[in-house]
Amino acid sequence: MAILHTVNKSPYEKTSLESCVQRSDAGAAILLIEDGVYAALAGGAKAELVKAALADRKVFVLEPDLKARGLADQALIEGVESVDFDGFVDLTTQYDQVNAWL
Amino acid sequence: MKYAIMINEGPYNHQASDTAYNFCKAALDKGHEIIRVFFYHDGVNNATRLGVPPQDDRNITEKWVALGKEHDLDLSVCVAAAQRRGLLDEGEAQRWGKDVNNIAEVFHITGLGQLVEACIQADRLVEFGD
Repeated sequence: MAILHTVNKSPYEKTSLESCVQRSDAGAAILLIEDGVYAALAGGAKAELVKAALADRKVFVLEPDLKARGLADQALIEGVESVDFDGFVDLTTQYDQVNAWL
Repeated sequence: MKYAIMINEGPYNHQASDTAYNFCKAALDKGHEIIRVFFYHDGVNNATRLGVPPQDDRNITEKWVALGKEHDLDLSVCVAAAQRRGLLDEGEAQRWGKDVNNIAEVFHITGLGQLVEACIQADRLVEFGD
């Protein structure tokens, strides 16, 4: 059973992304939303976390939240895919469960 | 697909209420069904009809009310979380001898049983919060 994980806090503020990457299974997906989008930026000090996840999981980032933070033009870590809210909804249908790391 | 939505964070706190609203709107626009939006913990503050945000800011409660009316949504507020935070409907205000009630239209006070029921009936539970 594949799970869609949502992470809504910056990895520079909380350890929820780290916990999520450590505990989620291969085949899962991680969607970065709200302040979680900071983790998607290439060259970030915590980029290795996302790169580790990308080895066997998909990583998505919510585009409107990048835009809201003035980050829409920033380079993303290679392999991270952007989605809008329609895409967010579609992801919840494609995975069997949604787990929010709050 | 049938969704249950849970909101644990107050409006204007971080972003959870806005994200939840945008998710609900996108899901409804795609033809999915939202069987219940459950407001829990500080999320109950979404339901106050007495909020007066600045004119150039969004009124999150009014947005929920409008969406609720348009799609006949069940906007459920946890009774225990609401009582602690001073969110009372007419019945609760009378029961506790308060001089005012402050639950916006469409919202209604329920209990945790309704969250459990929604989780059982829904295909997905999507949670938003701090």
